[in-house]
Amino acid sequence: MESLPDPTRPMKDHPQPDARDALVGPGHTIASITDKISEIVLSPLAKTPLGWHAMMGIASVGVIMLVASITNLVITGVGVWGNNVPVGWAFDIINFVWWIGIGHAGTLISAVLLLLRQEWRTSINRFAEAMTIFAVACAGMYPLLHTGRPWLAYWLLPYPNTMGMWPQFRSPLVWDVFAVSTYATVSLLFWYTGMIPDLATLRDQAKNKIAKLAYGMLSMGWRGAASHWNRFETASVLLAGLSTPLVLSVHSVVSFDFATGIVPGWHTTVFPPYFVAGAIFAGFAMVLTLALPIRSFYGLKDFITEKHLDNMAKVLLATGLIVTYGYAMEAFAAWYSGSVYEAYLLQNRLSGPYWMFYWALILTNCLVPQIFWYAPARRNVWILFGVSMSVNIGMWLERFVIIVQSLHRDFLPSSWGMYSPTIWDWGMYLGTIGFFLFNFFLFVRFLPMIAIFEMRLLVPKSGVTGKDAPHHGTAHGAPAPALHDHVGRS
Amino acid sequence: MIEEQPTSTLSAARDGGALPELAGKSGPEFWRSLEELSGTERFQDFLRREYPDQAEKLLSEPERRTVLKLMGASLGLAGLAACTKQPEERILPYAKNPESTTPGVPLYFATAMPWARGSIGLLVENHQGRPTKIEGNPDHPASKGATDAFAQAAVLELYDPDRSTAITKRGRTQTYDEFLTELRAELNVQGARQGAGLAIVLPTIVSPTLARQIRELRAAYPQARIVQWDAIHRDEARAGALAAFGKDVVPARAYDKARVVLALDDDFLGGGPEAVRAARDFAPTRRARKGRTDLSRLYVVESAPSVTGTMADHRLPLRAADVEDCARRLAQRLGLDVKTGEATSAKVDRWVDAVAKDLQANAGASIVTTGDWQPAAVHHLVAAINDKLGNVGKTVRYMPPVDCLPQERGQIEALRELAADMQAGKVEALVLLGVNPAYDAPADLDFAAALSKVPFKAHSGLHLDETGIVCEWHVPAAHFLESWGDARAADGTVTIVQPLILPLRGGKSAIELVNAMLGKGGESAYEAVRATWQAEKPEAFEANWRRWLHDGVVPGTAAATVATTLKAVRSEPRPAAAGIEVLFRPDPTIWDGRFANNGWLQELPKPATKITWDNTVQLAPALAARLGLATGDVVEVAVGGRSVRGPVWVSPGQADSSVTLHVGYGRKRAGHVGSAAGFDAFALRTSGAAWMVAGASIHKTGETFAIASTQEHVDYDIVQTEVKKRQILRVRTVDRFAADPHSLDVEDRHHHLGETDFYKKAVQREIATMGRPVGEHQWGMVIDLNACTACGACVTACQAENNIAVVGKDQVLRGREMHWIRIDRYFDGPVDNPRLLNQPVPCMHCENAPCEVVCPVGATQHSPEGLNEMAYNRCVGTRYCSNNCPYKVRRFNFMLYSDYVTETLKLQRNPDVTVRSRGVMEKCTYCVQRINHTRITAKREGRKIREGEIVTACQQACPTEAIVFGDVADQKSAVSRLREEPHEYGLIEEYNTKPRTTYLAKIRNPNPDLAGLESA
Repeated sequence: MESLPDPTRPMKDHPQPDARDALVGPGHTIASITDKISEIVLSPLAKTPLGWHAMMGIASVGVIMLVASITNLVITGVGVWGNNVPVGWAFDIINFVWWIGIGHAGTLISAVLLLLRQEWRTSINRFAEAMTIFAVACAGMYPLLHTGRPWLAYWLLPYPNTMGMWPQFRSPLVWDVFAVSTYATVSLLFWYTGMIPDLATLRDQAKNKIAKLAYGMLSMGWRGAASHWNRFETASVLLAGLSTPLVLSVHSVVSFDFATGIVPGWHTTVFPPYFVAGAIFAGFAMVLTLALPIRSFYGLKDFITEKHLDNMAKVLLATGLIVTYGYAMEAFAAWYSGSVYEAYLLQNRLSGPYWMFYWALILTNCLVPQIFWYAPARRNVWILFGVSMSVNIGMWLERFVIIVQSLHRDFLPSSWGMYSPTIWDWGMYLGTIGFFLFNFFLFVRFLPMIAIFEMRLLVPKSGVTGKDAPHHGTAHGAPAPALHDHVGRS
Repeated sequence: MIEEQPTSTLSAARDGGALPELAGKSGPEFWRSLEELSGTERFQDFLRREYPDQAEKLLSEPERRTVLKLMGASLGLAGLAACTKQPEERILPYAKNPESTTPGVPLYFATAMPWARGSIGLLVENHQGRPTKIEGNPDHPASKGATDAFAQAAVLELYDPDRSTAITKRGRTQTYDEFLTELRAELNVQGARQGAGLAIVLPTIVSPTLARQIRELRAAYPQARIVQWDAIHRDEARAGALAAFGKDVVPARAYDKARVVLALDDDFLGGGPEAVRAARDFAPTRRARKGRTDLSRLYVVESAPSVTGTMADHRLPLRAADVEDCARRLAQRLGLDVKTGEATSAKVDRWVDAVAKDLQANAGASIVTTGDWQPAAVHHLVAAINDKLGNVGKTVRYMPPVDCLPQERGQIEALRELAADMQAGKVEALVLLGVNPAYDAPADLDFAAALSKVPFKAHSGLHLDETGIVCEWHVPAAHFLESWGDARAADGTVTIVQPLILPLRGGKSAIELVNAMLGKGGESAYEAVRATWQAEKPEAFEANWRRWLHDGVVPGTAAATVATTLKAVRSEPRPAAAGIEVLFRPDPTIWDGRFANNGWLQELPKPATKITWDNTVQLAPALAARLGLATGDVVEVAVGGRSVRGPVWVSPGQADSSVTLHVGYGRKRAGHVGSAAGFDAFALRTSGAAWMVAGASIHKTGETFAIASTQEHVDYDIVQTEVKKRQILRVRTVDRFAADPHSLDVEDRHHHLGETDFYKKAVQREIATMGRPVGEHQWGMVIDLNACTACGACVTACQAENNIAVVGKDQVLRGREMHWIRIDRYFDGPVDNPRLLNQPVPCMHCENAPCEVVCPVGATQHSPEGLNEMAYNRCVGTRYCSNNCPYKVRRFNFMLYSDYVTETLKLQRNPDVTVRSRGVMEKCTYCVQRINHTRITAKREGRKIREGEIVTACQQACPTEAIVFGDVADQKSAVSRLREEPHEYGLIEEYNTKPRTTYLAKIRNPNPDLAGLESA
């Protein structure tokens, strides 16, 4: 146990490389990280920040709204929404795609960046993954409930039945079922598996008997043995390998819902990559939207440092440019195709009754993120929050433009129509946001929102504890025995 | 073997043969000796084995476990039994099958729908005693198998749950006998005074039996006032005929023989029963085919776009008040000595010149006609013009009006006198039979107030309406589908009206009530009708009667031509009326309000405007711009000290300064469906100005009102441009078509990447080979855009046939109407006088259906016969198919639209078509139930389905035979021949959907002399 650093000893005497680019704030030891993060979870209820209670209150109202909206929807029918003919899909599918898109950042951070050995992902990956799970849960509600007869939605699953019927495999909606359910399953497994060492830490740190029992069960007997770490790392890499193609496939498949249709504005070859980029764009915006307040409420600026913010801003800028390219290509294809339907679609987007939505989309998704070319803007939390909200809205508008603006004036002018959402459309949308936040704040309160064991690995990297942790490996794939001892001590 | 043994033994025991112990025993002894027999070993064996297991167990000493098991089971089963107590119900088998009834196979009965302008001959489909669907009677000379939307919707009227259910006296239920007692007491009093205080108001009598009865009544009560009243009357036409000929005659026009037709403010294709016949006669003259291009030409002068206006080659929007001057100018051009007004319009003059030239060139083969709402002078002028052109005797002949009881005065005149007498207290007993004057009488008569002065008032009607509620007595009327009667068609042909069902609400028909008034209450309507016809045609009556009922026509009853001598037009032109004129017109779908509670007709989009559920203040774009009004603004229309408030509808093609108000809305006591809809234009209509009134003022109230139109108000120019670019509705002039029939084909298709010809060939190749090797059928449809008048009969027929739900105004506003076939309307040309183009759109049954591939559960599939089919039970309702349908013909049950609760409405449903529940998609099936029905019949008869044997509901109803359905795999079928026409095309073909429903382009026949005038 000599190798354990003294948690009480300050570390000021260590050289600081560049504080602005550190992934862990100065002055942290392995123990201080453990304490700091587990304290959030294990502190008594009275010590929970007031902000948490306030947010839970708001979120609970949202959950109640969601329950009410769903109840009314199931009892009365899809007609409570504003959907009609020609606009058969509206808020339901807009929000489905929006939520699925948001989920993507979590997978990207945890899987792709893990495989690419991007260490800056460490402090944000846990809650980005949690965000994925909750976003997919919100998304999953929509395709189920938007059907006319939700109690029969399981017919989309291929299961042996007395009717001798299978789903129709040519339909992209069936592909969706596979894509989204795979995605939800892998994400959930990845998230949970990644949490096991931390759950063991919490089990060890917990004073409360119930907490001890609960975390004990959840940690599945993790003792931090080398064999555990070995298997854990193998599982992590395997799951990361499984998740990586999902980042590309899920939103590609979601885009097929439109791209394989014949509706002008849907039938577009650029959709799969442009949807994936849009999803990452949306996801990172949501990560920022969540991380910035939490970082401030819980005083986690040492863990989610400016370096993290800077990196995320760069991702936003890059994906934003891809999305902008997508919009440009849509417009170009509309003109270049020579199709009268595509040409009118473009005209309708630019100057039709929903012109404001399209121009707002260009503003929020294309123009606003350009501020990130200016480096200080990438580290200014207010600008970051503003841009992330702009992208959240912009990505919602993008789906509105694709779905509603394409459908409402398609082939036959006689059938053109307008769409306007009802109170129940809004009720369910705001309800899912409430549900998302509700889950998210429960997670923040009861599970380690930052990966403790991974953060500990960053401590020596930050150069502050280098000499105290000589055994430490260079990558988190090979954790140091010291950490095992610490984690497994009980 | 063991199980079988006891039964065989038992039956053997009954025979007494198998048990040797019983042999030789007989009679009473036999039965008594059974107990004795039980002693035998074999019988013991039989007892034991009757229930082999349980019986033995019960006999043996019970084990503890068994006892417990049995107790448990008994307890459980006792509970189970308690739950399933069945109510005592008796079922009655068809022990005696009604003659010629096979469950599941409908029967058709001929009858007629009585109507003030003449009845329409019908065949009514009857399923086990329930009339479910109305079809036209092909044997009826006045309609030739066609119907209009009103006739199609009559079956819903029959089952209207809001129909009055009981005889009431001041709201309290009474018996018929009590009513008769009071009525007779009243009549006795009146009888003593020769009926001086008695008045009867009833609609225009088209029933010879009722006319006979009324004549008898008049004999008994010579002083009684008999008033025939229809809010949509022909007073002006009658006055015109009197002025022209000195007697009341109506022109019968042979549109099938006319080369040129000029309609002076006459919607002869669009309103009422005559229109059905007119449309059927007119349509063949408009059928452009390869090598057949001698189309007739139609000129229309009208104030508001109408069904007739959409068919016009040249349409001149003109204020209704200016039509007279137009007619005078025309008469003058044709060499008649008539005076014209002062005001001149170069445009009208040029128009009239060209038309006059054309009419003269086709003298004897032309028709000039005018509407009932034009003043008598115009009718006289038109009679003179037809006479001058030599049309009389060729395309126009005169016959007596359809009324069976000649009217000495105009209906307004008669009603005005009655109202005055009522006000003066001269009327003591008033019987109102199927009329609603408290609602539809001219506003200045204040009929409701006059009614309150009458001591005894009895009303009979389908509903306890505005009139019924203020009358002492109300007797539910029997619907025409529930009663015996007879009715004349516009051409005079009589049909015996036979009941299809017993009165659902215990109603009494007018014939029964008048019989009761005659003191012949014991005689049924059946006997009364027979009595009329036995007197009329006594020879071989019984045999003939059966034939008349079967055929739906009494032969030899058509009206004969009346010899006429024309009087010269002496009338002075009326001074030009200044300002805004207000026109009162019957509503295109609910007529004078009688159909206000009919959901099908309320939701049927009105032909030119596509409005449902409301009437509007319909005005021209130019006038709207001057007054600063937009569609949906609520305005107050004031004229002559009266005013109404209604929403504005800006109507392209409306004559400037001419405001059209459709009557029939604003009913207060129509029922659940009709009471809230629209505003009451009758409130503005006076006895002096029944059809038009000048000098109206329009004030904006600042309120707005949502009007449910099934076609969104989209930018006028954008739609026009897009429709042209997309070649949705193809139009050619007949000269161009004649010179190069394929011009349309090549030029239009070239537009879309030049690929369409390839597809076209591919489609034709496929059609040519498809199905025939295996002897299958391939269904297809061709719709002739040149024939469609947008009357809406097909839409309502489809609704009746396919159990299509009514969704209500709120849902129509949301774009959720359920019609399986719709009629799209587009404008072409400048907003002040565009051409109106119609396009019926059912499901295209695409061979490459975009809807099929996207359904995740495979609920929509392609049949081997080329139908795009919906499996409602499989549909989960993702609506993806609707999104992906380029024609947007799919309809989704966003809520539970079908009425599963109202009992009477259930009776209407077609048992061969699923009633769709909430959450499933539906659409046109090409009437697959009819296809299957025919297939079964053909199979049973061991033959193939014959060409023309399957008729879809829309096709059957279509007055112009614009819809042709059949087997496209059969090269000789009518539909295949039409598919070979050079001007045949499919919608959005370049997407390679290969639609099975295709169109014949609209071929116009413009007058070269008028080129450029309309757009000027």
